[in-house]
Amino acid sequence: MARRRLKKHLPGVLPRALLAALLSAVAFLWATPFLWTLVASFRTESAGSAGMASLLPDFAPTLENFRNALDSGSFGLYYVNTIIVVIGLLAVQCVTVSLAGYAFARLRFVGRDVLFYAFLLQLMLVPPALIVPNLRTIVDLGLYDTLPGVMAPYFASAFGTFLMRQTFLALPRDFEEAAAIDGAPWWAIVWYVLLPMAKPGLIAFAIVSVTAHWNEFLWPLMVISDPKNQTLTIGLAAFTRGAEGGKEWGVLAAGTLLVMAPLAVAFVAFQRRFVDSFVFSGVKG
Amino acid sequence: MSLAGATGVLDEAQGGPLAKAASSRRRKLRLLPYALLAPSLLFLVLFTYLPIVRVLIESLLDKPHGTGAATAFVGLGNYARVFADPAFRQAALNNLVYAVGVLVPTLALALAFALAVQRSTRFSAVLRTVFFFPSLVPLVAAASLFFFIFLPGVGLLDYYLAKLGVHGPNWLGNSDIALWSVIGLTVWKNAGYYMVFYIAGLQNVPRDTVEAAMIDGANGWQRLRFVILPALAPTTAFVTVIALIQLLTSVDHVIVLTRGGPSNATNLILYYIFQAAHENFEYGKAAAATLISVAVLLALSFGSLRVMERGARGNG
Repeated sequence: MARRRLKKHLPGVLPRALLAALLSAVAFLWATPFLWTLVASFRTESAGSAGMASLLPDFAPTLENFRNALDSGSFGLYYVNTIIVVIGLLAVQCVTVSLAGYAFARLRFVGRDVLFYAFLLQLMLVPPALIVPNLRTIVDLGLYDTLPGVMAPYFASAFGTFLMRQTFLALPRDFEEAAAIDGAPWWAIVWYVLLPMAKPGLIAFAIVSVTAHWNEFLWPLMVISDPKNQTLTIGLAAFTRGAEGGKEWGVLAAGTLLVMAPLAVAFVAFQRRFVDSFVFSGVKG
Repeated sequence: MSLAGATGVLDEAQGGPLAKAASSRRRKLRLLPYALLAPSLLFLVLFTYLPIVRVLIESLLDKPHGTGAATAFVGLGNYARVFADPAFRQAALNNLVYAVGVLVPTLALALAFALAVQRSTRFSAVLRTVFFFPSLVPLVAAASLFFFIFLPGVGLLDYYLAKLGVHGPNWLGNSDIALWSVIGLTVWKNAGYYMVFYIAGLQNVPRDTVEAAMIDGANGWQRLRFVILPALAPTTAFVTVIALIQLLTSVDHVIVLTRGGPSNATNLILYYIFQAAHENFEYGKAAAATLISVAVLLALSFGSLRVMERGARGNG
C-alpha cells in the first residue's frame, strides 16, 4: 500500500522539483540585468572595466557612483522636471477624465455615441504615432521647449475617460438621487458624492498615467531642447551615450538605478494595486 | 434614469412660481454634457484630429528646409519618394521582422509564465514580480542596461559567454545580428506585461472543462492545446493587438542603442519618421510616412475589432 502510494507520488514530486529549478533559473536570468545594475552601481571605478560584468559583489560598497551620476548629469534637476510633468499632467487629466467620464456614464444627450467613438479613436492613434504634426502644433502654440508642451497632447485621455465611465457606471445611483432631491447642483454631486466613491478608479488611472509619463522618452526628446528643461529619461539617454567613450559603467548603472528607483519602490510597496491597474488598463483600453 | 432627467422631473413636479426658473435651469442642464466634454474634446481635436488633417496636407506639399524656396504642391510626390527610399523600405521590412520576431516569443513566454505562476504560493508571487518588473522600467533605462549587456568583450553577455568558452558576436555592431539583439531586449521587457493578462485570462477558463478533460484522460499538453488555449483566444487576440500597436509606436531603445544602424539594420518606421523630421528636416517625407503608419494602425485596430467581435460571438 505504502509502496503504491510512493510510486504514485514519486513521478509527481520529481518533475515538480525540476520545474521549480527550471523556473528559478529563468527567473534568475530575467533578473540578471537588475542584479548587475545593483552590483555595478555600488562598485568602485578602480575595479577596472574587465571585471565590471561580474555579478558577484566582491568589494566594499561605495556611493561614489551615485555622487558622480548626480554631479555629471544634473539628475536633481531632471527629477524636478519629471515630477512637474507627471504631477501637472495627472492633475489636469483627473479633471478632464472625471468630467467626461461622468457625462458618458450619467447623462443622456444628442450625439453621445458619436462622441464616444471620437474618444475611442485616440486609443488607436496613440500620440507617439503623431509626433511630427503634434510638434508643429506645439510650436504654433508657443509651447516649444516648455514642460506644458510635453504634457499638452495627453491632457485628454480616452483611456482615463473610459475607466472613469466604467467606475461611475458601477456605482449605485441612490446617493446622487438623494443629493439631487436635496437640491445639490451637479458639481456638488460629482465632487462630494461620486468622486469619493470612485477613488479606486482614479487611483488605477493615476498609477498607469504616472508610470507611462515617468518612463516616456520620444515625445519629450522632440519638444525639449534646453538642458534645463530635460526630464529623467532624456538625461539618462544622453548619459548612456556619454558613457560609451568614458567607460564609466558604474556611474551609468547608478544613473539607471536613479531613474528606475521611485517607480520600483512604489511597485514593491503597492504591488497588487499596480498589477490590477495594468490589467484594468489593458482590459478597458 | 439620468440625473438630468431626475432633476427635470423634480422641477416640473414643483411647478407654479418655480416653472420659469426651472425651464432656464433645464436648458442649462441640456448643455451640461457638452460643457463637461469640452475640455477633453478641445485636446482631442488639437492633438488627435487636427494632426491627421495637418499631416494629410503636409504630405502633399514640399517645404524645402532652410533654402528659402517656396512651398510647392507635389501631390503624391512625397509618398512616391518615401516608397522609393531604400531606408523606408528597409525600415518597413525591419518593422515587420521586429513585430513578428517579438510577438511570437513574447506571447509564448507570457503564456508559459502565466501557467507557471498562476497558483497563489509565495514562490509564484516572487516569480510574478521578477517577470513583471521589466515592464515597469523606462524603455530608455532597459536600453541603457542592455547597452552594457551587449558591449563587445567586457559586457555582461560576452563576459559570461567567455566563461563557457563561447566567443560572442558584436551584438549591436553586426548588421545581421543587431535587429535580433533589439528583439531580445524587447521580449525581455514585454513578456511579463502580457503575462499579467494571461493570468487574468486563465481565471476565466472554466474549471469543469479542464477537470472533465482530465477525467477523460487528456494529458497536460492535450489539455493546453484543446481546452486552455481555445478558452484563452480572446486574451491572445487582445494582447496581440496591443502588442502590435506598441511595437509600431515605440523606438526609444533604437534611439539609445543603435540609431537605426548599423547601415539601417535596426531602422524602424517610427525611427525613420523621427529622423526625417527631427534630424533631416524633410517634413513632407515625415508627413507621408506618418500617414502610412496611421493607416496601418487603423487597419490593424479595426481589423482586430472585427476578429475580436467574431471571437466573442463564437464563445457565446
